Amino acid sequence: MNRNVLIGLVAILLVAPFFLYPVFLMKVLCFALFACAFNLLLGYTGLLSFGHAAFFGASAYVTGHAAKEWGLPFELAVLTGALTAALLGAAVARLAIRRQGIYFAMVTLALAQMVYFFFLQARFTGGENGLQGVPRGYFLGVVDLNDNMALYYVVAAIFLAGYLGVARVVNSPFGQILKAVRENEPRAISLGYDTDRVKQTAFILSAGLAGLAGGVKAIVFQLASLTDAHWHQSGEVVLMTLLGGVGTLLGPVVGATVVVTLQNRLSEGALNAYVPVVLGAIFVVCVLAFRRGVVGEALAFLKRGKE
Amino acid sequence: MKSTLAMTCAAAALLAAGAAQAEISGGKVKIGLLTDMSGTYSDLAGPGAVEAAKMAIEDFGGKVAGVPIELVTADHQNKADIAANKAREWADAEGVDVFAELVTSSVALAVSEVGAQKNKISLISGAAASDLTNAACKPTTVHYTYNTRSMAVGTGAAVVKEGGDTWYFLTANYAFGEALERDVSKVVIANGGKVLGSSKHPFPASDFSSFILQAQASGAKVVGLANAGADTTNAIKAANEFGLTSSGQSVAGLLVFISDIHSLGLDVAKGLKLTTGFYWDRDDASRAWSKRFNERMKKMPTMVQAGVYSSVMHYLKAVEATKSDDTATVMKQMRDTPINDFFAQNGKIREDGRMVHDMLLVEVKKPSDSKGPWDYYKILRTIPGEEAYGTLADSTCPLVKK
Repeated sequence: MNRNVLIGLVAILLVAPFFLYPVFLMKVLCFALFACAFNLLLGYTGLLSFGHAAFFGASAYVTGHAAKEWGLPFELAVLTGALTAALLGAAVARLAIRRQGIYFAMVTLALAQMVYFFFLQARFTGGENGLQGVPRGYFLGVVDLNDNMALYYVVAAIFLAGYLGVARVVNSPFGQILKAVRENEPRAISLGYDTDRVKQTAFILSAGLAGLAGGVKAIVFQLASLTDAHWHQSGEVVLMTLLGGVGTLLGPVVGATVVVTLQNRLSEGALNAYVPVVLGAIFVVCVLAFRRGVVGEALAFLKRGKE
Repeated sequence: MKSTLAMTCAAAALLAAGAAQAEISGGKVKIGLLTDMSGTYSDLAGPGAVEAAKMAIEDFGGKVAGVPIELVTADHQNKADIAANKAREWADAEGVDVFAELVTSSVALAVSEVGAQKNKISLISGAAASDLTNAACKPTTVHYTYNTRSMAVGTGAAVVKEGGDTWYFLTANYAFGEALERDVSKVVIANGGKVLGSSKHPFPASDFSSFILQAQASGAKVVGLANAGADTTNAIKAANEFGLTSSGQSVAGLLVFISDIHSLGLDVAKGLKLTTGFYWDRDDASRAWSKRFNERMKKMPTMVQAGVYSSVMHYLKAVEATKSDDTATVMKQMRDTPINDFFAQNGKIREDGRMVHDMLLVEVKKPSDSKGPWDYYKILRTIPGEEAYGTLADSTCPLVKK
């Protein structure tokens, strides 16, 4: 089953750019990776972070700056961005995991707002103008990434690596502990697990992956802007994850695809003045009618069919 | 010998280019308009800007140089990445020749960058950033309607000359606000005025009472609002509540649109001095056009919307004249032709992409002086383009040969 899903995913990734506009697909992949990272925390550890845009945005800015001002090659720039996000994640996690539930969400939101205002003020980000004209450069010094197709396959590979990474973590013994913490933290403690450390590790992993997504996005669009670090972005990733199916591997990918496609397609049609309304309505329907999200409901349906 | 050879080569290249130009790519001219349809700027740009572009195309007869004109529009939701994505897609897959409107600085900078890469013209009307024709200038970009410098500096210099020689600033505490304050301070001092101080307010802010009190206590004749959008309207409301204007001080808005005045009402906004690139009630031509716009949109155009019409028209005229939609050819034609229409007087597109035209210093009327709906401004003075936008020598654009 899982193998079939993976083969299907790879096949779609390989042929998609021949049918759809590659830059649009890359955007979908960046947000899918971001949502996967977020899902690792919400879906598998049960921590609702409302400040994930901080990691996404921080990495976008650092990657952009590294590529543009320091002249780092593509891989190193993205890596620097992701590491920055992971470090930031470590700092935020240390403070935030001391609280639970709504307080945890609020602490992460507050810290993310601090990060946002730092980027608003900092010189290197260009304030509300954003960081523009980030060079795409070359992959491993040979492949010219200014070609959309070449860049697409690199991004697709990064996404796949991130996705498989999340899958590996989830299915590892460490992933089992994460789920134990999610289900019943006192019991996990009583079994002898240092749950704070477990949560912290999950948080850092998630922040690092979110950073990877943000860094790649900065390279794809050749810009980083305040939108990336704004709390709306944190909200959007929650929407993507819930819509697709929280706690399922494929859910965030589906959710991100749906949200990004809607944002893109609706912006041109007759409904273009109502993008937020449409997204909001979809969210309401999702919460009321199918709480497990698209993939969650589909899995539940399959399970029922088997029984 | 060598130079003759070079000359011949150049001539041959020109001829070849000329031959290639004589047709229009894709058999149509496609205009891609990116704007904010639902957010903060939808009132000053948004649906009105789309309507203005449609009017320009209709007035041109729907056809240019024998081929149809097509308009595609999208809501960029004030997100630079959505805008850049759309612009790229339009350029790569849909044969769009020119991007128009582009409100919000981050969007304009991003699309201008895409335009330069894809060799498409960007006609920027809604965005304010002066950077667009300075450090970030591009050979394919035209910044049409206004910029922060023309709005702020125009107001600053003019108000000092009118006798408002002591200033106090309310500044939004981020790069944009600080830049605005710095630019205006320079002008105020250069014109013999004095800056008595400034308060930095958080961005965005809703409670301006303490800042207004400080401004009142400073005793400055003019309170400059180095902020934009909701911050400006909130500050004006607070100034009104605290009786700032009735006690003899005046407020100068450094980035205010007629749509802001409309939502504030004359009672609150009266006495505010500001600079605008366009006012509907300026002359017969602007009144005639605005009346048509008003019939379609049920409101008077902002300068951004009027600028969209004018810039699209100027572009189409250049295409008509050259019978080509080749970027370099059209840009050259647009630069070579002065702009004189209902929107701009003595308009000229400079090497750095700045469309320099005369600006208007206006004062918001008292309710008793206003004769009807949208009769909001009293024109105090026409600010010559060069004074408002600075000379080409001031531009830090690397494209400008010095």
